[in-house]
Amino acid sequence: MISITGLTKTFGETPVLDQIDLDIAEGERVVIIGPSGTGKSTLLRCLNFLDRPDAGKITIGDLTVDAARARKAEILGLRRRTGFVFQNYALFANKTAQENIMEALVTVQRLPKAEAAARAQAVLAETGLADKANSYPAALSGGQQQRVGIGRAMALNAELMLFDEPTSALDPEWVGEVLDLMRRVAEQKQTMLIVTHEMQFAREIADRILFMHSGKIVEQGTPAEIFDAPQDPRLQRFLARVSG
Amino acid sequence: MQALDFEYMLGLVPVILGYVPLTLGMAAAGMVCALVLAALLAVERVIRVPVLDWLVVLFISFFRGTPLLVQLFLFYYGLPQVVSFLTRIDGVTAAILGLTLHFAAYMAESIRAAIIGVDRSQWEAAQSIGMTQWQLMLRIILPQAARVAAPTLVNYFIDMLKGTSLAFTLGVTEMMGAAQKEAAGSFRYFEAFLVVAVIYWVMVEALSQGQKWLETYLNKAFVR
Repeated sequence: MISITGLTKTFGETPVLDQIDLDIAEGERVVIIGPSGTGKSTLLRCLNFLDRPDAGKITIGDLTVDAARARKAEILGLRRRTGFVFQNYALFANKTAQENIMEALVTVQRLPKAEAAARAQAVLAETGLADKANSYPAALSGGQQQRVGIGRAMALNAELMLFDEPTSALDPEWVGEVLDLMRRVAEQKQTMLIVTHEMQFAREIADRILFMHSGKIVEQGTPAEIFDAPQDPRLQRFLARVSG
Repeated sequence: MQALDFEYMLGLVPVILGYVPLTLGMAAAGMVCALVLAALLAVERVIRVPVLDWLVVLFISFFRGTPLLVQLFLFYYGLPQVVSFLTRIDGVTAAILGLTLHFAAYMAESIRAAIIGVDRSQWEAAQSIGMTQWQLMLRIILPQAARVAAPTLVNYFIDMLKGTSLAFTLGVTEMMGAAQKEAAGSFRYFEAFLVVAVIYWVMVEALSQGQKWLETYLNKAFVR
């Protein structure tokens, strides 16, 4: 169970997140859509303190953190309960695909090396990259790098997986394989919070869709409600634009 | 003009070579200590701990701003007059200490620049999986910075290797000191110092080969 209340973030004078309230059930797949610069990515980044929220409460499983006075250990606690998939993959450039996945298992979860390696290989097999275990990121295509990036987050067995526009930096030819892998992650009943511009994918994978505008969740509902019967004029305009 | 006495030079080579371990030892010890200190200084310069940052800036400024020879004299001959327990420090230790402090100041700046050059996404990825600051630095950032800093660091190591000859001025009989003593007996200064120069040169050339290997090794993750 994930619970967010009153989450607020300001960059300088500009409020980027304005009192966000959001509950996510275990195994629920929530997709956030909305125009650029409306705080979608910032919301994800505030949940694990890559950006530090100014105020609000974040509960993930048994850990509740008051953003305004979060201590170091609490921040690490949130990060260890979440897996993050970056738009630009952000694989560790000095480590192989397998080492990228093992890294958190060894240094953070303190698993024995052999066990971590076995789990990394199992995850690589799931991502379809078993034969790339010893390849460095520089030698992988964008699609392969992002699959390793997802694998790195999968291996954590995190309570919540965060996807920050995972296909936006990809050449069109690689988008399909990354979305396929995300579908497989979804089948495992993994709780997911996804920011994406892939509307077809959102409709297909989401239990619930949030539409954000100007740092607020303006409207939310099932894919059918959001895409077929949008209420808010801003959502209607947005959908008209993206369906072009 | 007198002809070069090759026989004398050849005879001198094994004598001077006998001091190579001491020279290499001082350089290696100095390099290891300087690297550790420089990495600490560089990390501090990046994360900027209040007060400490000011001290680090002062440290780097002083050791870059004054000649190595002056620093060695200051610490070996000068400081013991003020701080009595330092009188027990021998020339070799003092030389290693001086080389460490001096070169750490230079190397800190190139490591700092290399750290800043590591892509921001690498920091974020490490943070996102819950690494502590230390883990992030030691396992992700510094290894990548090392690749960028390696050529300049090897350069400093070469400089340090040659800098060990200054230990001679602290009464240490290393390669330079040995040659000086030999020459004082034979009056063949040119031959003696030529032998020393050639041996330094060969050592530095060998290091340059090592540099190529090191750079290939550090680059292996970045080959497409």
